[in-house]
Amino acid sequence: HPHQATQMSNYCLNILVFVTLQQRDPMLKRDCFEDILEERRNSSDLKYALRCYAPVLYKGVTPCKANMLKNIVLQSDQLHYVINQVSQESGEAPDIIQEEASVILEEMAHRLQISTVRCFAFALSKAFKTLFQHVCVNEEGIQRLQQAIQEHPVVLLPSHRSYMDFLLMSYILYTYDLALPVIAAGMDFMGMKFVGEMLRMSGAFFIRRSFGGDKLYWAVFSEYVKTMLRNGFAPIEFFLEGTRSRTCKSLTPKLGLLNIVIEPFFKGEVFDVNLVPVSISYERILEESLYARELLGVPKPKESTSGLLKARRILSEDYGSIHVYFGQPVSVRSLAQGKVNRSTYNLFPRHIPRKPMEETQSFVNDTAYRIVRLQEDNMVLKPWVLMASLLLQNLEGLELSVLTEQTVWLRGLALSYAAFLDWPAPTAKVVSSSLALHRGLACVSGDRVSLVVGEPLGPVTPEEALFNRAVSVLSCASYRNQVLHVFLRPAMLAVAMLHLSDEVYNCFSFLWDMFSNDFILCPGDTVQDFEEACYLLVKTGAVQMPQQDIVMTDIGQPTLSFFNGLLEPFLQGYQVVCRYLCEEASEGLTEKQYIPAVRSFAVKLILAGNLRCYEVLSSDMQKNALAALLRMDAVRKVKNRMISHINQTPISPSLSLVAVAEDLYRDGLTPSYIR
Amino acid sequence: MASNNNSSDRQRIAQQRLSRIAAHLHKHEDGNSGIIAKECKIDATGSTEENKGTVPRKRQEIMKWNGWGYSDSKFLFNKKGQAEFTGKRYRLSGMTLPSLQDWFENTFGASVKHKSPATPVLNASVVPPPRLNEAFVENLKATGIPFSNEAEDRVFRAHGHCLHEIFALREGKKFERVPDMVVWPNCHNDVVKIVELACKHNVCLIPYGGGTSVTSALECPPEETRCIVSLDTSQMNRILWLDENNLVAHVEAGIIGQDLERLLNESGYCTGHEPDSMEFSSLGGWVATRASGMKKNVYGNIEDLVIHIKAVTPRGVIEKSCQGPRTSTGPDIHHFILGSEGTLGVVTEVTMKIRPIPEYQKYGSVVFPKFEAGVACLREVAKQRCAPASIRLMDNKQFHFGHALKPQVSSIFTHFVEGLKKFYITKLKGFDPHQLVVATLLFEGDRERVLQHEKQVYDIAATFGGLAAGEDNGQRGYLLTFVIAYLRDLGMDYCVVAESFETSVPWDRVLDLCQNVKERIIRECKERGVQFQPLTSCRVTQTYDSGACIYFYFAFNYRGLADPVHTYEQVEHAAREEILANGGSLSHHHGVGKLRKEWMKDSISNVGVGMLKSVKEYVDPENIFGNRNLL
Repeated sequence: HPHQATQMSNYCLNILVFVTLQQRDPMLKRDCFEDILEERRNSSDLKYALRCYAPVLYKGVTPCKANMLKNIVLQSDQLHYVINQVSQESGEAPDIIQEEASVILEEMAHRLQISTVRCFAFALSKAFKTLFQHVCVNEEGIQRLQQAIQEHPVVLLPSHRSYMDFLLMSYILYTYDLALPVIAAGMDFMGMKFVGEMLRMSGAFFIRRSFGGDKLYWAVFSEYVKTMLRNGFAPIEFFLEGTRSRTCKSLTPKLGLLNIVIEPFFKGEVFDVNLVPVSISYERILEESLYARELLGVPKPKESTSGLLKARRILSEDYGSIHVYFGQPVSVRSLAQGKVNRSTYNLFPRHIPRKPMEETQSFVNDTAYRIVRLQEDNMVLKPWVLMASLLLQNLEGLELSVLTEQTVWLRGLALSYAAFLDWPAPTAKVVSSSLALHRGLACVSGDRVSLVVGEPLGPVTPEEALFNRAVSVLSCASYRNQVLHVFLRPAMLAVAMLHLSDEVYNCFSFLWDMFSNDFILCPGDTVQDFEEACYLLVKTGAVQMPQQDIVMTDIGQPTLSFFNGLLEPFLQGYQVVCRYLCEEASEGLTEKQYIPAVRSFAVKLILAGNLRCYEVLSSDMQKNALAALLRMDAVRKVKNRMISHINQTPISPSLSLVAVAEDLYRDGLTPSYIR
Repeated sequence: MASNNNSSDRQRIAQQRLSRIAAHLHKHEDGNSGIIAKECKIDATGSTEENKGTVPRKRQEIMKWNGWGYSDSKFLFNKKGQAEFTGKRYRLSGMTLPSLQDWFENTFGASVKHKSPATPVLNASVVPPPRLNEAFVENLKATGIPFSNEAEDRVFRAHGHCLHEIFALREGKKFERVPDMVVWPNCHNDVVKIVELACKHNVCLIPYGGGTSVTSALECPPEETRCIVSLDTSQMNRILWLDENNLVAHVEAGIIGQDLERLLNESGYCTGHEPDSMEFSSLGGWVATRASGMKKNVYGNIEDLVIHIKAVTPRGVIEKSCQGPRTSTGPDIHHFILGSEGTLGVVTEVTMKIRPIPEYQKYGSVVFPKFEAGVACLREVAKQRCAPASIRLMDNKQFHFGHALKPQVSSIFTHFVEGLKKFYITKLKGFDPHQLVVATLLFEGDRERVLQHEKQVYDIAATFGGLAAGEDNGQRGYLLTFVIAYLRDLGMDYCVVAESFETSVPWDRVLDLCQNVKERIIRECKERGVQFQPLTSCRVTQTYDSGACIYFYFAFNYRGLADPVHTYEQVEHAAREEILANGGSLSHHHGVGKLRKEWMKDSISNVGVGMLKSVKEYVDPENIFGNRNLL
């Protein structure tokens, strides 16, 4: 391929890449794990649940009763200010607004009780032992956390893949005698009458999903969180991703709560805030096929206690092991050094709510991305994740021996890209045990391994068959997605290299921009990511960089082709979306109509044999593609004052959509090109 | 009873007034309408006899050349390891302080066995030879104004009392730049002549008052190639007249605080301006740095006290034409001089407000369970505008520091009473000795009002959980401020470096600022290899309607550090950044000098700096007053 010898833009590799990579990814310094279930299997759960629990607290503060906390919030200057403001605007008496605030707080506040925690400790011990083989925790991380809790207010930021996450977190902290966190939870949990209250008593506080313009709600909420943080009563825990990731890819971070917990530092109310990224990796996710169905448009079941009881069925299955990695605490003070001038907060009373300044906003945004990347870095990857990546590129199935061989190869590649792999046994053994654990997703018939497609009873329509196949592809994809963060940058470079154009960097940068809703790409890091990609591909011998060129080497073919295959579903998905918008979209298409419309467009293509990609049926990909197109101004929202609900805003393609679509379709990127 | 008291008071006041007037008549038979005037003595030779001031031209005759204060007064650990304070000048003089050693060793991880003694005498070889401007010297000789270019005189005026300055003196380090000569003008006209000559011969002038600067303001810019002349105002120390009708005194600006108060007291008056450095700092220095006194709640800060300022600049003399108590004549030109830090000229004469000596003075103190409660109380006192002449809140560390300075108790009874007090506060009232803080109070006025005022303040304190803790505790608190600089010398004898710095901040940020600055200091020390945790302590020293002045002490044991002064400076720099980030000002009363110049732009904006620059450019285009402070 002579065209692969492409001119590089003016970016050349430098030693800096290596240094930043080492800093971001101290692969050699990852801690060891300890299985906390081991002790549970050998000693009494009851004793464990009733044992003495005396955690060390922030600077030795005395723990604050939930009621006292509420009083502090209700009497704060911050809240009073907003109450008076709302009262003046609405004409209601301040007393009434104050009462409203009190009701909001009542609905929101946690009522952490050690007795409830003990109940959970007991019940979860039982459940975990049935569900999981191991629950592994890095003890050094725990020690660091313990230190951090004493020195500064701590914010725990776990990844979010499952409902289990926050119970698991509290369970671990209880196990290690650490201060129990208070956890920001979505109001939807409140639907489950009894469970909601149980969660509240184990430290959850509930926030409404959306309260856009509600000043009072925002004031109560932010003051509640800040009061807990300032006084260091308990570590605060929330999910940066905002919701469970149905695809197992990290989600673009939400900034609201992060803004709230960082602000006390900027205002000088605390000396520092420590952010602790926590990576929770599940070998097998409890919600696996539930997520796939949800992505395909079967609505998420409403959280209900009876639903939870039905889920008891899952107790009889094996979900492998969980790895929980507590990352290095990140000091907000150090991060902000030289980036945010705190004295700009000097000229405004601290109790008056104020929109964060631009400087602050971009700092918080950067920080959020950084934390999510730290979460990604410390995610433990199971062999199955690699196997799923391979199987998805071979939907027709693979010889077991070939799968094993390629898994070995991919393992080597992943390791050289600093992936955090858990490889408990020799590969052959690991492959067979993974297949056993995930028998719902892959089956071995004869020598051939292929994806399992659930066979419904009775006659099947072509659509139903397609839907079933899509469920297994999407379930499988949720495992492949876990490794994407390791390969993403070199993979985008590999795709860019297949591009006929001379400008590899431009193509890389286009992909980078296009995919930045789907993957965690820190804003402004395009060049750095490009350099990192070059560095990694050179390091593994897949490409050479004589002078200003990037050239594939003889041994680089398998790597580059694997990378192309890895991103293919995403490219195809975005192409389908573009095609739909260019060719089919009707006048006045609303955001609400968009997803079912794209879905049925894709279904038609697949049934007609014109498309082999099932992942485009995922509402997640469709949403991300639309968001990217809106961001790139390829699609615009039609302003219409008559329509108030955001989802009903009509969208219309703009001229540049064609250009974007063309970019996506250019020779190098067409699906037919690959393999 | 009350009427008896009243009548006897009235009698006493009448007597006071009589004796005061008699004194005036006696001293100045020609004194008319209560104005006492003195001529400016132009002839220089006779001045030494006339001079009743404390400060001689040869300061080193009575003061340490490499430390704080009088040569005869210093702290030392005697052979038994007990601390004592030598000399006869102070309340503590001649006493042993049995708890100081323990406190010192425990606080700093220091030991009285590890001495780090200072160089005893100035080695002339470390002083660069004077670069004299011969023509200037010739002309100066002709005026008869005394001057000197002896090494000792020049070195004495080459520094203030910053840690790095004193440390260098003690170490006997080589000086990069010191003044080339010292002149001692005797009056305003002498200054006019000196400034004229300096302009004529392009000589750099650095005014020198009390020498108590802690901002590197007196340091000679090393890049200055002209002859540098230190203009020592100490001999301009007379009260020129005193006007009892308007309650003002016209005073030469070289007078130091203690002399000014003493002389005014003789006439039954005071200024009430008592900065902690008042023993040595001068009136001109107060004006040039915008000083603040501890009793400003009653008397005001220096800018409230001055009615008229006369200053000599290269452009000529600047002064107002009247002594109206307030004017609306454009921006107040006094405010160009106040805080100019010697960059525009020399303040020569000041008319300032005086007050009759208060009839009654009473110290007091209140113990609070926590610093937070104390701050809340001070805030409330400020809100009700009922602050006593002085009200200060010392944190727990400073409370213990103050206690370490308790002299040996002679009687068993006092010992017993002390024990009882301690028992009452810590055991019965449940105050944690490691948390409690103390507010020190000073009330002034007529007796009845003082007692009334006292009750009002104690009542407020009680609502914040404060307990009255007696006069003695209060007085000891103030003692600490006067001996602290002597104590620093003691620390430096044993490998401990220390400094203080200050800021002012809105009320709602007081607590956060105190806490963050302390934490920053501790963290920075740790990062820089300071082995024993530093002492960081603060007190709220002034209250205002909208905020407070906070004063920090910071000290650490420097054993094991290669360059303790550099480490110290880095930490102080970080602490200042922290102050600014927490809403504190660059300085409440110490000034900017050269130490804090780098933050001026951020503090007063580019336009602000430009304004000051343009004033400097007009007043002193040749940079005769070339100490390079401020800008």
